[in-house]
Amino acid sequence: MDFQVVILAGGFSSNLVPLVSKEVPKALLPVANRPVLSYVLDLLESNNLKDLIVVVEGEDAALKVGGWISAACVDRLHVEVAAVAENVGTAGALRAIAHHLTAKDILIVSGDIVSDIPPGAVAATHRRHDAAVTVMLCAQPVSGPSESGGSSGKDKTKKPACEDIVGLDSWKQFLLYIAKGTEIKKDTRVKKSILCAAGKMELRSDLMDSHIYAFKRSVLQEVLDQKPAFRSLKQDVLPYLVRTQLRSDVSSDQNNVEEIGNGKDNMQNNEVVLSQILSNASLPSFHQVYESGLDSRKTHKCCVYIADESKFFVRLNSIQAFMDVNRDVIGDANHLSGYSFSAHHNIVHPSAELGSKTTVGPHCMLGEGSQVGDKCSVKRSVIGRHCRIGSNVKIVNSVVMDHATIGDGCSIQGSVICSNAQLQERVTLRDCQVEAGYIVCAGGEHKGETFARK
Amino acid sequence: MESRRNPRAVVDPKVRQVGFFTSSQPESSSTQPHQQQTDPISASASASSPPVSTISPSGNSLSPVMIPPPRLNSSDTFPLRGAAAGASSAVSPSSFSYSNRRDFPDGSTTASPGRHSRGSFVKSSTPVASSLPGIGMDSMAAAKSSSVPASGLTTVSVATMPPGLAEKASGMEVQSDQKKNSKPLKEKTTKAERRAIQEAQRAAKAAAKADGGKVPPGTSASVASTSVKAAKPAKPSTQKNEVAVAAGVTEKKGGPSEKDRKKDAPHPRMQYDDESRVVKAKRRAVVKQTEAKNRVELFRHLPQYEHGTQLPDLEAKFFQLDPMHPAVYKVGLQYLSGDISGGNARCIAMLQAFQEVVKDYSTPPEKNLNRDMTAKISSYVSFLIECRPLSISMGNAIRFVKNRIAKLPITLSESEAKAALQSDIERFINDKIIGADMVIVKHAVTKIRDGDVLLTYGSPTAVEMILLHAHELKKKFRVLVVDSRPKLEGQLLLRRLIKRGISCTYTHINAISYIMHEVTKVFLGASSVLSNGTVYSRVGTACVAMVASAFRVPVLVCCEAYKFHERVQLDSICSNELGDPNAISKVHGREDINYLDGLTNNANLQFLNLMYDATPSDYISMIITDYGMVPPTSVPVIVREYQKEHLLV
Repeated sequence: MDFQVVILAGGFSSNLVPLVSKEVPKALLPVANRPVLSYVLDLLESNNLKDLIVVVEGEDAALKVGGWISAACVDRLHVEVAAVAENVGTAGALRAIAHHLTAKDILIVSGDIVSDIPPGAVAATHRRHDAAVTVMLCAQPVSGPSESGGSSGKDKTKKPACEDIVGLDSWKQFLLYIAKGTEIKKDTRVKKSILCAAGKMELRSDLMDSHIYAFKRSVLQEVLDQKPAFRSLKQDVLPYLVRTQLRSDVSSDQNNVEEIGNGKDNMQNNEVVLSQILSNASLPSFHQVYESGLDSRKTHKCCVYIADESKFFVRLNSIQAFMDVNRDVIGDANHLSGYSFSAHHNIVHPSAELGSKTTVGPHCMLGEGSQVGDKCSVKRSVIGRHCRIGSNVKIVNSVVMDHATIGDGCSIQGSVICSNAQLQERVTLRDCQVEAGYIVCAGGEHKGETFARK
Repeated sequence: MESRRNPRAVVDPKVRQVGFFTSSQPESSSTQPHQQQTDPISASASASSPPVSTISPSGNSLSPVMIPPPRLNSSDTFPLRGAAAGASSAVSPSSFSYSNRRDFPDGSTTASPGRHSRGSFVKSSTPVASSLPGIGMDSMAAAKSSSVPASGLTTVSVATMPPGLAEKASGMEVQSDQKKNSKPLKEKTTKAERRAIQEAQRAAKAAAKADGGKVPPGTSASVASTSVKAAKPAKPSTQKNEVAVAAGVTEKKGGPSEKDRKKDAPHPRMQYDDESRVVKAKRRAVVKQTEAKNRVELFRHLPQYEHGTQLPDLEAKFFQLDPMHPAVYKVGLQYLSGDISGGNARCIAMLQAFQEVVKDYSTPPEKNLNRDMTAKISSYVSFLIECRPLSISMGNAIRFVKNRIAKLPITLSESEAKAALQSDIERFINDKIIGADMVIVKHAVTKIRDGDVLLTYGSPTAVEMILLHAHELKKKFRVLVVDSRPKLEGQLLLRRLIKRGISCTYTHINAISYIMHEVTKVFLGASSVLSNGTVYSRVGTACVAMVASAFRVPVLVCCEAYKFHERVQLDSICSNELGDPNAISKVHGREDINYLDGLTNNANLQFLNLMYDATPSDYISMIITDYGMVPPTSVPVIVREYQKEHLLV
């Protein structure tokens, strides 16, 4: 289909600081004991996209990610990993690999999404409209309280009311305006020409940019070349393209001009008639109307694909989102996890050892070789591989990564314990994050803290 | 079906040979089928069962009995023949029912070669179509080889393949997928069916050699139509029926074999009220098709799907349809979403997509370009049909393309063949569509005088070109654009005309009787002109033409000759297209206007959004085509002459 897929897997994201470390770049954060990147790869593979470019920030991270991919996806996918310098931003990352992009259109997928929205839909919309860029929008995910996580709902951190503000035309096909919700203070500017041409604009705050884009390669490369200051795809490139859609500087495929210059009269005449017939046949978008109104103006289209609300979509871009996605993947959206659930709606690996009177509730996951002592209770939590958990431990709404050790009598709620961390006896954690390899001293009672070595 | 109207050679057959024959008779009938055909008595029977003896192995073993011909109009499969044979009235009820029963298995056996050969045709197409070279893969591979040293792009995971085949990896995978899909199909064929296929292919080859194209279209048509119908009551193996449905799709294409003969027949359209077939067709469909619930009874036989369910589903499958060429896919999407409409535009878009297909084509090893390409085009066409039913003009264009492929000399190399095809398609677009429009404009402009008030309906391409050209010639005239809900195509035309400075009046079709007073000429477009002079066009055209003729205003229909079809149609019921029912119940783009709210799901309410209607030739004064201005009665002549030129050049 002449599409190239680029996965922007990021590096060590500062938003996720205690969770990510030199050992675990963002792309490899475990979601239900699988790296988050594997969800993206699975999604793409199920859509028959098997040639991928994964862009990772930083050499170390690239090595780690590459190592994991080569172990996990050998024989299935054809993946190339490119390392780019850190802090170049998404636009910078694309600039760095620009010379690898050869296809007509580029599908850019963020590496931190967990979703079941078929990326083909974006590509199809892109092709159908012959757009310069197509953005996938999806409904804001329900963060914090949900049916399964009701008890922990009230003390979750509050999210900003709206993440993105998008303006759509009345057919919900074109993107007229996009801004980050946090950037808008009191007032904002909307292009008058776009408003006039489109006639009507619908501003919506319930939609979120999903970081899945289809770009026309020529447009993308031209913008990246012309504007070296652009760092972020979402914050710079996309708003720029949306802003300039009616006075396009990018030469999308306007080769009509060249054609008029050369060639025989008859043939060229036919071509003109041909294109006229084709364009007259369809309902003109406001771009075409505008173009025809003012001669020598070039336009490009910025389209949107609005994903169905029933589809699942989460971006793993904050600690909160990390908790949410872990909860959902073994809970509501368990079709994504790829595991088969037991009758109790949980997954307990056969090699896991459970002590007497220990209960593992629904929506839980217990990894391979983990040991749980007596009289423990695990609810709505993910426990990684080879963890050692003592007796009388309560774990609720938490994520415990591989090789963690938890002493007797601990109580963990809404927390993340990274791999190799150690909790000594009778530690009580609530909404805490424990860095990999950190040792929490015995008997402490903590709430909302982050444990990391300075 | 027009085929049934074909007059039979036999006027009054007295005895009809069906079923069991006397020991002397069957010998003659089996050994000398020709003699039997010349015999007027048995000719009517032979029409339904000529090759019984050669194909059905059981035909000989049956004990022969002579029975008088049944009154066939009772068996609704051959009503006309029944009328022809109606002379003999004395029919004993027992023999009557008997012959009836005998008729059906006969019909099905005779039909089977044709259907099976077509079936094999379809089957061969599936694995073939899959072998599209993985474009993305190749380009990726190229990128990899060129760039790995340049920067830090490291291949960490490669699908392991034998080194030589690595580049074709994606193609191979797809092929294996396809094999999986096609396997169950193959397993279903029984030994007898396989044999029938083989025999049919042999017969086809022989027929092709002996220039089988001479068989009069009437008989082959009747065979085709009866066979499909006859297959229904006979015990239908699933395979047969599927193939029969597929036949509806591939019928027109006509490979180099005996399909050539049948090509002239109007293909038996799939009847969408036949449930078993619809289910089977759906299983093969690429586009998810949910049937609409409340459908008008009279139009049950036409496909109507829940609007809005197809597009998202097809979009979601974007990357999974590997055998589909991107250009074809894009055109299909545009048909489905309504981004491209109008006969000429759809046809051009399709042909251009086919040009792309030809350009990117490479013959798979051990395959013949002619056959493989035909199969591929067929699979694309069936995809396009799923997106939106073909227009007649598209059917003609497809027939042209297939014919050119079939007629490609085998001596040509692949690149030569591809170039030849591309230029053929280019020529078709330039000559038959654009060139034709130019000629039509030249002719029609002579009919426009100063002071004329011209009425047009909808947004026909040819008429628009005429008006613009007349305006360039500084003729002084006024245009009345008549429009109708829900598409409001006339507004687009209006916009373009006004931009050129033509004075226009815009009205809706409700006001047609009022506005017709001042009109001096009516120019209409057409989706197709049928050989009885009927103009098949956008719904509402018939109304405009009728009112115009009542007011004695000349009605001029502008239609390119490639849209002509030899079919005869008397009404717009048997063949039509149903649009989105929501389009008439809602206002597009205005969700808030919904006067029928709460009624849309009422079981007593059915929406009918017809796309086309048929204008009888009585209302049409003149048809302007690229062969000049002709009365509607001359259409058959053009069809005959034109078809020859266009197909056999």
